[in-house]
Amino acid sequence: MSELFITGARLLGGPGADLLIRDGVIAEIGSLDVPRRATVLDADGLVALPGFVDLHTHLREPGREDTETIASGSAAAAAGGFTAVLAMANTSPVTDTAEAAERVLDLGMACGLVDVQPVGAVTKGLAGEELAELGLMHRSRARVRVFSDDGRCVGDARVMRRALEYVRGFGGVISQHSQDPALAGPSACCHEGEVSGRLGLPGWPAVAESVVIARDAQLARHTGSRVHVAHVTTAEGVEVVRWAKAAGIALTAEVTPHHLMLTTDLLTDYDPVYKVNPPLRPAEDVEALRAALADGTIDAVATDHAPHARQDKEHAFVDAAFGMLGLETAFAVVHEVMVRTGRMDWAALARVMSQAPARIAGLDELGHGGRLAVGEPAHLTLVDPDAVVTVDKETSMSLSRNNPWHGRSFHGAVVATLLRGRQSFGGER
Amino acid sequence: MRRHLLSSADLSRDDIAMLLATAAEMHDIQRRDVKKLPTLRGRTIINLFFEDSTRTRSSFEIAGKWMSADTINITGKGSSTSKGESLRDTVLTITAMAVDALVIRHMASGACHQVAGWVDASVINAGDGTHEHPTQALLDAYTMAQRLGDLQGRHVAIVGDLTHSRVFRSNVITLGRLGARVTVVAPPTLMPSGIGSWAVADGFATSGNLDEVIASGPDAVMMLRVQRERMSGGFFPTAREYTVGYGLTRERLRALTAANGEAVICHPGPMNRGLEISPEAADAASSLILDQVSAGVAVRMAVLYHLLAGEEVAA
Repeated sequence: MSELFITGARLLGGPGADLLIRDGVIAEIGSLDVPRRATVLDADGLVALPGFVDLHTHLREPGREDTETIASGSAAAAAGGFTAVLAMANTSPVTDTAEAAERVLDLGMACGLVDVQPVGAVTKGLAGEELAELGLMHRSRARVRVFSDDGRCVGDARVMRRALEYVRGFGGVISQHSQDPALAGPSACCHEGEVSGRLGLPGWPAVAESVVIARDAQLARHTGSRVHVAHVTTAEGVEVVRWAKAAGIALTAEVTPHHLMLTTDLLTDYDPVYKVNPPLRPAEDVEALRAALADGTIDAVATDHAPHARQDKEHAFVDAAFGMLGLETAFAVVHEVMVRTGRMDWAALARVMSQAPARIAGLDELGHGGRLAVGEPAHLTLVDPDAVVTVDKETSMSLSRNNPWHGRSFHGAVVATLLRGRQSFGGER
Repeated sequence: MRRHLLSSADLSRDDIAMLLATAAEMHDIQRRDVKKLPTLRGRTIINLFFEDSTRTRSSFEIAGKWMSADTINITGKGSSTSKGESLRDTVLTITAMAVDALVIRHMASGACHQVAGWVDASVINAGDGTHEHPTQALLDAYTMAQRLGDLQGRHVAIVGDLTHSRVFRSNVITLGRLGARVTVVAPPTLMPSGIGSWAVADGFATSGNLDEVIASGPDAVMMLRVQRERMSGGFFPTAREYTVGYGLTRERLRALTAANGEAVICHPGPMNRGLEISPEAADAASSLILDQVSAGVAVRMAVLYHLLAGEEVAA
């Protein structure tokens, strides 16, 4: 029997309380006496939240272990307060078979810092043509429920329809990278607008996102299946999500921390650290995303953590790799732009970073996204809302350094993360 | 002046005036029998061209040589993919050979800006993707001013594929700094995104109607090259339709002359005769097209001189 005693934590920002964790489960909550044999974690003044769940992470293993491994990505996730991450399928080889999914699962478990849940590819090799072995991935030990060709949009409406029909049978969901390939081709790398016009960069228009969300919403309605919109980035995309939800369509959506804060004008110096897909958008879109996250139109925050080697970023802007790091900074960004501004309270932050993503991915069955109640598995994140942290890319747990937050200061730091009552990060103050 | 010339926005009105005055002196030297100046002796200039070019590369090369710099041309295939050597490694390899200036043309917008952050040498943008071509804008301004005098208050129309034109992007800045009134003309599909707010912010006008703009009697009409690959890109239906809508046809040449007898015609080259410009317009007495080429060397000598010769000679 192992016991961990957490003192004085403010559950969801409420008054301080003690928590007794016994064998990985929250055993008691209240004003408690310190048990004799328990390890004590002083959380006085810290806010306790359910462990964060990331619907959208690129861990690069197998294939690009020089940029991230499941071990390094797990460490970065734990440092960011995450207790579960969904590992995207665009590895090499692609996670499009049961064997590939089980390998990701096993590597994550061996590491043990965070529950690594593989995402399965929708189509073989992410080619957008033939369905991958969706059912076998689901029946595997990895119990895959979220499928995505992320990085590429399932552009063919017929393929998307079949995928939705197929996964409905076992409660799966398709997470779509909404980018109409004809309206925003592979070279599109800058929000289409005045900045792209001035810089002479290939534009990625908002409409390329919204038309796919609209199409998928109708396909979800037609098939009675569930679709999830990965990284919505535009006001007009939000508008379609809002409409789909009002129409009763089973559609959910996520937003990234970077799209909640960084804007397209950062591209003015052509620094590829700001090159990401979908691209950074203007301030009006950022505002629409914040409002939609606060009012529940957008269900979840997801990082789209995308490590890249230095040599893959040091090309001309149009040739450089898409993507930026995000696991370790997600909480600080969301706290800064949503909580400290008064747009969301701690309960809402727990909803968008833990409960909603856990539910969307079916990880609530493993006790993720809980309500911090007695009897739940102790997936916990302790944060210090007053700590001021300046991001230093060199201290990252990630193997990569494509960090757009380097040098920025935020209020809010993850102090400790607990996975099933075991500390996966921190504890020292 | 700054250490690099990456964008036309790097040049103030005074910088432009100084460069054009120096270019005029260089132009005189160009007419001598012996054209060599000792100004840049001992300096090494590398023309690093990742994209094909004849006139820009050769004019930079001649400009350097006439000022006694050691000029070396390197043509690379460029990194169109993330495989192979990174752009940074490529330029660091080259500048490791003690180079004073890198003249760069690259098919990617912003490549020169990025390189300037990695190297100690002066970087001169000789055309980056669909972004800018600052020395072209300088030679255009030089050529127009030779014929029209001060460009303050003059009306210049820039016509054609604006979306993909680095010549347009640099010219609209340089002409604006010189006080010219600019109208840009293009079919809707070749207007850059965000042109509405951009035009308001930078103080130029936009139009889809070339006939109206010509009837207003502009002092200069700059025709942009239609790149062949655009014609299959669905930007406009056919070459014939483009010419009818946006070409400087012989009819429009007559209309231009009627509206403003002093109006001049420019084209950065290479021309598609019969597409964006008729032979009559290209070869008209009002055409400055060959003057532009001739000015290319003088203007690039002026740029190299002011960037490399240092303050001690930039009196």
